[in-house]
Amino acid sequence: MRKNVNNLPCLQWLQNERNLVTVIQDIPLWEVFIRPRNGLAHRHCGSLHATDAEMALQAARDVYTRRGEGLSVWVIPSAQIVASDPQDRDEMFDPSDDKIYRHPNFYNIPDDVGHM
Amino acid sequence: MQKPLFLALLQLADDHLILGHRLSEWCGHAPMLEEDLAMPNIALDLIGQARALYSYAGVVEEAGRDEDVLAFGRIEREYQNLLICELENGDFAQTMLRQFYFASFMLLFWERAQVSSDTTVAAIAAKAVKEAKYHRRHCGEWVIRLGDGTEESALRMQAACAFLEPYLGEFFYVDGVALEMAENSTLPDLLSLRGAWLADVSEVFGAAQISPPNLSHAHKGGRQGRHTECMGHLLAQLQYMQRSFPNMTW
Amino acid sequence: MYSQGLIGAGSKNIETPEFLAAFQARIDADEKIEPNDPMPVAYRKTLIRQIGQHAHSEIVGMLPEGNWITRAPTLRRKAALLAKVQDEGGHGLYLYSAAETLGVSRKEMTEELISGRAKYSSIFNYPTQTWADIGTIGWLVDGAAIMNQVPLCRCSYGPYARAMIRVCKEESFHQRQGYEIMLTLAEGTVAQKDMAQDALNRWWWPSLMMFGPPDGDSLHSDQSTLWKIKRFSNDELRQKFVDATVPQALRLGLTLPDEALAWNEVEGRYDYGQIDWDEFWAVVKGHGPLNKDRVAARKKAWDEGAWVREAAMAHAKKREQLAVSPMAAE
Repeated sequence: MRKNVNNLPCLQWLQNERNLVTVIQDIPLWEVFIRPRNGLAHRHCGSLHATDAEMALQAARDVYTRRGEGLSVWVIPSAQIVASDPQDRDEMFDPSDDKIYRHPNFYNIPDDVGHM
Repeated sequence: MQKPLFLALLQLADDHLILGHRLSEWCGHAPMLEEDLAMPNIALDLIGQARALYSYAGVVEEAGRDEDVLAFGRIEREYQNLLICELENGDFAQTMLRQFYFASFMLLFWERAQVSSDTTVAAIAAKAVKEAKYHRRHCGEWVIRLGDGTEESALRMQAACAFLEPYLGEFFYVDGVALEMAENSTLPDLLSLRGAWLADVSEVFGAAQISPPNLSHAHKGGRQGRHTECMGHLLAQLQYMQRSFPNMTW
Repeated sequence: MYSQGLIGAGSKNIETPEFLAAFQARIDADEKIEPNDPMPVAYRKTLIRQIGQHAHSEIVGMLPEGNWITRAPTLRRKAALLAKVQDEGGHGLYLYSAAETLGVSRKEMTEELISGRAKYSSIFNYPTQTWADIGTIGWLVDGAAIMNQVPLCRCSYGPYARAMIRVCKEESFHQRQGYEIMLTLAEGTVAQKDMAQDALNRWWWPSLMMFGPPDGDSLHSDQSTLWKIKRFSNDELRQKFVDATVPQALRLGLTLPDEALAWNEVEGRYDYGQIDWDEFWAVVKGHGPLNKDRVAARKKAWDEGAWVREAAMAHAKKREQLAVSPMAAE
């Protein structure tokens, strides 16, 4: 920060200084998850921008719960989410398709045994 | 001669409407989109509280005036809000600082008003206290971010402090109405809130790297309907429709 | 809010025919495309432009109605209008979020808007001159938006569809708020009824223009339709809007400013007059009553807010040292 040698009014000088400074980083993106009521899991409902966790939490409340949509809010910086790559869908999810012995209807139980 | 309870309710209602009105001026112009949702939320809470207070005031007055007649139909000298509520918004630092001062005060006020001898006041307080708590948290955070952010934001926050300082003492100004309301336990004793309010402000100011305010030279007059020059312009906007098209349903 | 015949869609595709065919097959099977799914460059670009325009429209849309918050005639109307304008900000936010899943940042989109490069719905370039304009906007402009938005709830891109579902839930109060204002005015005094009629006279044709140019003049609609980003044509939606709105106007006892308006018994729809496309194109190209003012207002808010955003970022760096916010412990 250089000296205000021309004795410009403070705010004017700071404005000039700001114009010389390189573009600041973008305000980080956060993903928002809301639990509508107890018994249900948090669901992803969108994203927002905030500079810190408290701002993100309050913004989530102000943006995504104006109609009583939730009792609990989770916010997480988008950059911290680890997601499966859609390109890997085949190897990640196809192998589970043919393991039919994981499902109840693979097994034959006679009707006279009753409900099982 | 108007009933003290009516006047007390009017004072509170005017505080909330006028401040809510000022805050609503930011809508569509906030520094970031998330604040264009946050500030209207606060303004809607304030307007909601104003409506409850005006409605009850109308009932107490027993002169057939409803929330809109009271809100829109008086001349400037009849509005009894604190001067700090009517001041122009200034920049975001001044807006957030003013809102923090008010929210911190109202939180203390509503907390105690929950045990009012008047059940309607107690009910209004029970709802308002939750809202004030959130307002204080939201605006206090901004005071800290701006006070302890960049050099520019610190300068602006200091300028806001200097500008608002003369309007703080009026929070604790006890007129005849406030005295009577405290004596019959309808509303809290204003002086009893001063210590806690100063402590809260000091704590937040500490985190914001700002020196605490000096309340010794306080402007007064709001409670007697003696306003600053901005009040007339504010009312010219607020009352425009009702004055131009009187006695119609909207 | 509105796609106005997206002018100039994406660049030349370099993907293989097999890739494009496989992608089209997914769309045809009504599968949703999600972020980071393989997608043609043109699909991504078109969506960014369409969602961006839609988001910008919501944000700019806060201004004409925001103009009357401080002058709303009753406390109930004041609160409702403030909540509505707030919702519009929220819609812009949901849409920017959806666009960001496609690899563009909100900052980039904001800069496009304030530079004047980005388009937004032409309707918001008109002034709100009276309180009745607020009722008319809620009734007609939000009504037109709903026509466009409901089909988009089923568009092929997941985040956009989900944002639209959220928007549609909130939008229904907007139109009802507007129409209720119109009813109150139309059933009120002579001065109020005149005010309502005057507002309708000024907003009717611009509302029809919201649906964009006629189908014949609308470029690149076919690809958007194939990719299920655009579910109905401009003229189809415009016709639906007219058919829904005319009875509503009749119910108000107001006259629509179109002498050619007539029920067509054979086709089972309303015939309506010629839209002034010169006016439409002039406004789209930046020569409407308030184009420059709207963009200037958004630029002012952005520029004057820079020090706030910078301060918040600077403080956040300092706060990284603290485990918990100073305000949080209650």
